[in-house]
Amino acid sequence: MERRAFLQGTAAAGALLAAPAIAQSSTEISFYYPVAVGGPITKLIDTYASEFEKDNPSIKVKPIYAGTYQETIVKALTAHKSGNPPTTSVLLSTDMFTLIDEEAVIPIDDFIRTDDDKAWLKSFFPAFMLNSQTAGKTWGVPFQRSTIVLYWNKDLFKEAGLDPDVPPATWAEQVTFAQKLTKLDQSQGASQWGIQVPSSGFPYWLFQGLATQAGTLLMNEEGNRTFYDRAEVVEALTYWVDLSRKHKVHPTGIVEWGTTPKDFFEKKAAMIWTTTGNLTNVRNNAKFPFGVAMLPAGKRRGSPTGGGNFYISRKAPAAQQEAAFKFMRWITSPERAAQWCVDTGYVAVRPDAFDTPALKKYVTDFPAAAVARDQLQYAVAELSTHENQRVTKALNDGLQAALTGTKSPEQAMKDSQAEAERILTRYR
Amino acid sequence: MRTEAPATPLELVARSIRPSSTTVHAWLLLLPAMTLLALFTHWPALATFIDSFFSTPRPKRGATFVGLENYRQIVDDPIFWQALTNNLLFAIGTIPVSIGLALLMAVWVNDRIAGRTLVRMAYFTPTVLPMIAVANIWLFFYTPQYGLLAQLLSAFGGASYNWLGSKDTALLCVTIVAVWKEAGFFMIFYLAALQQIAPSLGEAAVLEGASRWYFFRRVQFPLLMPTTLFVLINAVINAFRTVDHIIVMTRGGPDNATSLLLFRIYELGFAFWDTSAAAALTMVLLTGLGAIALAQYIFLERRIHYR
Repeated sequence: MERRAFLQGTAAAGALLAAPAIAQSSTEISFYYPVAVGGPITKLIDTYASEFEKDNPSIKVKPIYAGTYQETIVKALTAHKSGNPPTTSVLLSTDMFTLIDEEAVIPIDDFIRTDDDKAWLKSFFPAFMLNSQTAGKTWGVPFQRSTIVLYWNKDLFKEAGLDPDVPPATWAEQVTFAQKLTKLDQSQGASQWGIQVPSSGFPYWLFQGLATQAGTLLMNEEGNRTFYDRAEVVEALTYWVDLSRKHKVHPTGIVEWGTTPKDFFEKKAAMIWTTTGNLTNVRNNAKFPFGVAMLPAGKRRGSPTGGGNFYISRKAPAAQQEAAFKFMRWITSPERAAQWCVDTGYVAVRPDAFDTPALKKYVTDFPAAAVARDQLQYAVAELSTHENQRVTKALNDGLQAALTGTKSPEQAMKDSQAEAERILTRYR
Repeated sequence: MRTEAPATPLELVARSIRPSSTTVHAWLLLLPAMTLLALFTHWPALATFIDSFFSTPRPKRGATFVGLENYRQIVDDPIFWQALTNNLLFAIGTIPVSIGLALLMAVWVNDRIAGRTLVRMAYFTPTVLPMIAVANIWLFFYTPQYGLLAQLLSAFGGASYNWLGSKDTALLCVTIVAVWKEAGFFMIFYLAALQQIAPSLGEAAVLEGASRWYFFRRVQFPLLMPTTLFVLINAVINAFRTVDHIIVMTRGGPDNATSLLLFRIYELGFAFWDTSAAAALTMVLLTGLGAIALAQYIFLERRIHYR
């Protein structure tokens, strides 16, 4: 490791005057990490930082726990604007265009010099790179990434006369299963819903699963055009709305994201859609046998990816940037990625991590952990455009309007598309 | 015009020295507070005012003067109008109810009742809790099916309802949380004021045979007016300032049904990074609040009896 770094430093001479400096004196890198309060995750990150320091005595890693993803990007961008940004941060992969437009990050390609580096960059699951690359450059390195999966309660399946080991595989099955699993009281209140897909806060993410299954993308690769009013999008939204309005197997109105796992534990929902990041939570709190499955297929299977990437700040000193790159390479090595997957439930970001003994054993003991990986072949990029949060909100508002019944799916998507167009035209 | 006797030279000297040394002292005493205020209140307000006439600076093109463009966009933005309407409804919902409740609770715990301290503490507790924690608790109160409210309703045979997930009830729900949080705080001010009222007034009223209501209406309430003004101003400010629970409970949803002005400012500024639009909206909010505070002082001041 050290030797390679040294060779790399001498080979690239001139521009890399900083590299030898890394070897001699100590470089400190600051690292914004999105977690609100102390707990198991901060301990893990602290451990990783100190292990990395042991392997690389010339580099000090200073993790700064910056709150939610939203709070972290606010802090990172504010620091960037004041000229003193963190060397590296883990931020949402979907914030890529925002970070590029603010000129806050530099491409990872700037640090790729050896064949080994190139091989490393190609080692990630392609689905995770979709939100990390644009215009031929790589801007983020996948770290804590997830997809949406379906969790089902095996006891309730048995009660309803369904095979407890067979989850729904298609949209039609999802409806028929849910019908069997829904218990309605005489007063029209359900004591148990067949299925629940949360729609508060960021409904676009879960909706993207449906839209992908209906056979369409929501935006182009350049991130300057959205397809909110396509027929398939309306079809996907109609399916979602119909779950509650027509089939009455899904709660009406907006379903809170935060309480959805709890609804599942309380047996108020027999099937839920939520992130693989909830795997450990469900495993620890569900008092009944449960299964984890890929999302059912419409025209095809599909789910967006989600979660956070590593970024390197443009304004950080060159020596720190190099050190941050080294840290990234270290923390995304197959063994680390495997460990991270076991410890947190996030999907290991590269296929070869699943060949490591640690992860092999974990998957054998707990096969549900492999579902997210297997779904990656159907995964698409998470919705991400220029002025990302504004364009995404246009979709969120439309989805919520349709789900609460204030607008028809057609009208809602037409309005969302019009708003997105208004924002995006100047990026073409 | 009345002419004054010319001052003696000694008086002139005294006048020129004494006031100035007092002035220096005064200014020195004011300085720490002034510095903080100027640095963290006046300057940012002024900077916001200036920024609101410029476009949002982007790396490729800096801020340019755009005049009233940002304000024009606010007027054209349907979400602004919705947030404004929501905020007015929120204010109408929170201000009178929380003040009324506060007054009621204060009068109640001012009397000699058993367990008075306990009741006072119970009323004050919501104020002490952090809003974020409170909002998370209320989130579970409102949860359909097994939330506290749903359980209460089902005990009486009612159907479970998705309170926060419906456009019709979401705003009402967050209004109730704000009232619950605020009323206890205002109660403390009323309670303090009630204790200042001389007991002899109450005794006199009893001797005169005045009813409890008559005594409250003609004696206690008028004497509480300065407190009411203070509480009212605070309630108005809070109605436009409280957004923590919105962020936790609804994030402005469903479909902007609970978006309040300050929440919208945060969204524009720190989610969309359209800082100029946020600055312009901040000015609109500041101007509105300033006008309300001024009106309150001008119109209510006259009707208040200060002892």
